[in-house]
Amino acid sequence: MSLTLDEVRRIARLARLRLSPEEERLFAGQLSAILDHVAELSALDVSAVEPMTHALAAGDPPPLRADEPQPCLAPEEALANAPARAGTAFRVPRIIE
Amino acid sequence: MSVGGRGGSPTYLGLAEAGEAIGRGELSARALAEAALARIAATDGKVGAFLRTTPERALAAADAADARARAKARRSALDGVPVALKDIFLTRGVETTCASRILEGFVPPYDATVVERLEAAGAVVVGKLNMDEFAMGSSTENSAFKPCRNPWDLGRTPGGSSGGSAAALAARQVHGTLGTDTGGSIRLPAAFCGVVGVKPTYGRVSRYGVIAFASSLDQPGPLGRSVKDAALLLQAVAGHDPRDQTSSSRPVDDYLSGLEGGARGLRIGVPREWLAGGLAPGVERSVRDALASYERLGARLVDVSLPHSRYGIAAYYLIAPAEASSNLARYDGIRFGLRAEARGLRELYEETRERGFGAEVKRRIMLGTYALSSGYYDAYYLRAQKVRTLVRRDFDEAFRACDLVAGPVSPTVAFRLGEKAQDPLSMYLADVFTITANLAALPGLSLPCGRGEAGLPVGLQLVGRPFDEATLLRAARALEREVPPLPAPEVG
Amino acid sequence: MAVSDFQVVLGLEVHAQLLTRTKIFCGCTTAFGGEPNTHTCPVCLGLPGVLPALNGRVVEMAVLTGLALGCRVKERSVFARKNYFYPDLPKGYQISQYELPICEGGAVPIALDGVERSIPLTRIHMEEDAGKNVHDVAADGSSGVDLNRAGVPLLEIVSEPELRSVDEAVAYLKSLRAILMTLGVNDGNLQEGSFRCDANVSVMPRGSTKLGTRCEIKNMNSFRFLRAAIEYEVRRQVELVEEGGTVVQETRLFDPDRGETRPMRSKEDAHDYRYFPEPDLPPVRVAPALVERLRASLPELPHARAARYRRDLALSAYDADLLVAEKETADFFEAALDALGRTPDAAKRLANWVNGELARLANESGLSPSAWKVTPARLAATLRLLEAGTLGGPGAKQVVEEVFRTGAEPGEVVRARGLAQVSDEGAIEAAVDAVLAASPGEVERYRAGNAKLLGFFVGQVMKATKGKGNPALVNAVLKRKLGG
Repeated sequence: MSLTLDEVRRIARLARLRLSPEEERLFAGQLSAILDHVAELSALDVSAVEPMTHALAAGDPPPLRADEPQPCLAPEEALANAPARAGTAFRVPRIIE
Repeated sequence: MSVGGRGGSPTYLGLAEAGEAIGRGELSARALAEAALARIAATDGKVGAFLRTTPERALAAADAADARARAKARRSALDGVPVALKDIFLTRGVETTCASRILEGFVPPYDATVVERLEAAGAVVVGKLNMDEFAMGSSTENSAFKPCRNPWDLGRTPGGSSGGSAAALAARQVHGTLGTDTGGSIRLPAAFCGVVGVKPTYGRVSRYGVIAFASSLDQPGPLGRSVKDAALLLQAVAGHDPRDQTSSSRPVDDYLSGLEGGARGLRIGVPREWLAGGLAPGVERSVRDALASYERLGARLVDVSLPHSRYGIAAYYLIAPAEASSNLARYDGIRFGLRAEARGLRELYEETRERGFGAEVKRRIMLGTYALSSGYYDAYYLRAQKVRTLVRRDFDEAFRACDLVAGPVSPTVAFRLGEKAQDPLSMYLADVFTITANLAALPGLSLPCGRGEAGLPVGLQLVGRPFDEATLLRAARALEREVPPLPAPEVG
Repeated sequence: MAVSDFQVVLGLEVHAQLLTRTKIFCGCTTAFGGEPNTHTCPVCLGLPGVLPALNGRVVEMAVLTGLALGCRVKERSVFARKNYFYPDLPKGYQISQYELPICEGGAVPIALDGVERSIPLTRIHMEEDAGKNVHDVAADGSSGVDLNRAGVPLLEIVSEPELRSVDEAVAYLKSLRAILMTLGVNDGNLQEGSFRCDANVSVMPRGSTKLGTRCEIKNMNSFRFLRAAIEYEVRRQVELVEEGGTVVQETRLFDPDRGETRPMRSKEDAHDYRYFPEPDLPPVRVAPALVERLRASLPELPHARAARYRRDLALSAYDADLLVAEKETADFFEAALDALGRTPDAAKRLANWVNGELARLANESGLSPSAWKVTPARLAATLRLLEAGTLGGPGAKQVVEEVFRTGAEPGEVVRARGLAQVSDEGAIEAAVDAVLAASPGEVERYRAGNAKLLGFFVGQVMKATKGKGNPALVNAVLKRKLGG
């Protein structure tokens, strides 16, 4: 299974990663090798098998949260790690809708 | 063992021993903390287990523990004992980076649940431990800051991703650590460093406050220099957490009371696929010796089969990166962490993530994004989740004939730094034995069972029924009594 | 070809914020407003290491809504991650439901021009709201992100593309809104954005069965804008098709200033959401016992209530529908009716006042019935005064206005402002006699056939009674005494 550079770029865009041309080539090769390996799964007959999307055993349903308000963070705490702010809002480059 | 252990330094004491010494008034928590910090200062330049230490907080916590001890009001057996945490656990007010540049400088406003529980038990956290970036790796070579070295041989890796958690114990820097295990990241470094490491059943320990890698596979767990130490740590952190709705509300067993129960009558399954070749000779010999020891102890070895275990790597390397690609989308430079200068929004995302993530992280995000993307979801992610069910069924079937399964942790002893770094796929294949327990959501542990190539430690892996950590620990303890203890390495 | 040669096909997606006290996955308050990022916590900020903790009340409200709309409520449903990058989405994914929503099917009843229809639904699912992007927060044009709203619980209610006109669309939304408000799960506020609607619009030649390409229209925060947006979009698509072009499937924003829709710039690449089941949340299990408890707690829904008014009180469909549009209004109406006596006549008169004068006062003041100083008892009292002839129509209006403003008792207002009509027959007779005696010439001309002079006499009697004569009585006595 060989990933083309175009596909690598498409995936990088979806993942918001800006790869250098060397990274694109390197990943195309490495990812292709990995995908070759995982292709062996296609040999298995899974037609009658349910996916194990949730690891917790059935019959162990957790209680859900009660609708009781809990204290919120003070805005200074919420923004304590913010790289850029405007008042108590997180600042980002201009969003055009 | 006399108080102060070999050489008179309290750093030789195990977790339980240290706690008992405080309880008897023979040692102060402060003395223990100072010894730990001194040992770290003396050795970590070479080992690289710690990303940061928190001496002031640790000493203050130690003093508080001492006050409680004097007042005969100790909170637990761990009260006052120095421990350290993989830098994947959020610690309030203390920088937490997950060994990534994208979180450099991030100071969390809250503690992980396991951290709260450890501190509630009185444990003294002295620092945050090195790891593979975002827990992606098997050698700690993917740390963005520095590699961690195996105290047994500083030219070798300690394993990963919880490399620091294992190395810090082997180097006698602390008495107990916490790590996380997604595909073997506690068990592998435990094996490489000659310590005990436990991956609990999925849902046994809260993931709240643990930076997420693969949500359906991650489990926090303890490492210790003995089975009892690991059991004590597990007891302190296990149990339902309402903030983690994947945590189980099943009551927590008493892991200590049955610990000395021995192995007589245990049925130990040996998966034929796990000893079918491909092991380094020293590893195979140590593992087989351990199995023979179990027989002498009155356990019965049972031949079992896990026919789908060979598909484990493929399934894991679709599921884990897929979930990770989603979990890591929040690292965008907006609310915390690294932020690149950018004129537009897309540039902000792309530059920040390009600069902040290392190569392995990027590779897995790419793989995971691909596996989930339109047109590929059914063939990759969904299929891998179905294979997961098959892997679990193999174990369910095996557990009809045995109480736990035993085998190697890794095909080799600790490998050299740089040996596998160029070939990601070969690095992934090192996880072949550990990965199935994560896929099947079962508890697993690694304990030292001998020495292999170049005299390096070999780990025996035990995998048990869901929520049956108690049997695993008892079985591990039984072997521990038989195997000559490893000498503490001197750190070159 | 003209617009009328085309059939418009509409589907509506409503996002309704649920009236829980806390967000769907954390204990932060859902209260509206506040300075940016004052209602947040590590979970809704999407900090590293956090996990969602599902609010049980959200599930209850979803089930209640599904039951009210006749849906199939699923015993097992699954949350899923919808992955995309946008600043108001802190985790980089929205936790929603995809393949296995909590409700399927169901329908919303509408009545248009007296014709009842049932608009089928596709599904209802639970999801979290995103935060808000704020524009121009700094001199350099930067935008800001406020996560107060991130994590507020939403129900997404999706209709089948079965609506055939803008009128049907508006009727559908009003009916759905009234139902959600009656259930107490949503406050129906379009302006504040707690009840949001997106429209999927396509056109096809009339008589065709092949659906055209649809566009999704967003940002219509009033019924008026919704109407304008859909009408614009239909015209746009029709013109495009007539010129030989093709409609491109895209998301478009309604611009209320220009009355146009235009393509959204920022959601390119958003189509591949890479949905997968949310591993941090176990499947949602709805026990049969919960369903039965909620079913038993269902209140009388608006269309059932309107049907009861038509059947038991002989109200017209128009009057009934207006009354039930808001639960509080209908509750007010029935309380006042209890005080007046449950007859069709009283119901009709009361409906006129509630839908007319009180509705006007409510709109002007922005107050809802629970805040009115006109209580059901006070309105009933006023109507009794009117019925007894103590007040005329104009007088009654004045009383209601004053009571609305001050909360005084109607009787007090009548006394204080001297609004009581003279309805004593003897007094009216005396006044009429005096007027007729004073205007013999006019009486002569009236009796000769000049019927219009009645107005003159009425005016004179009113003057004599200082405007307090009961008009009906004055007219009756005058006619009797003028004879003929």
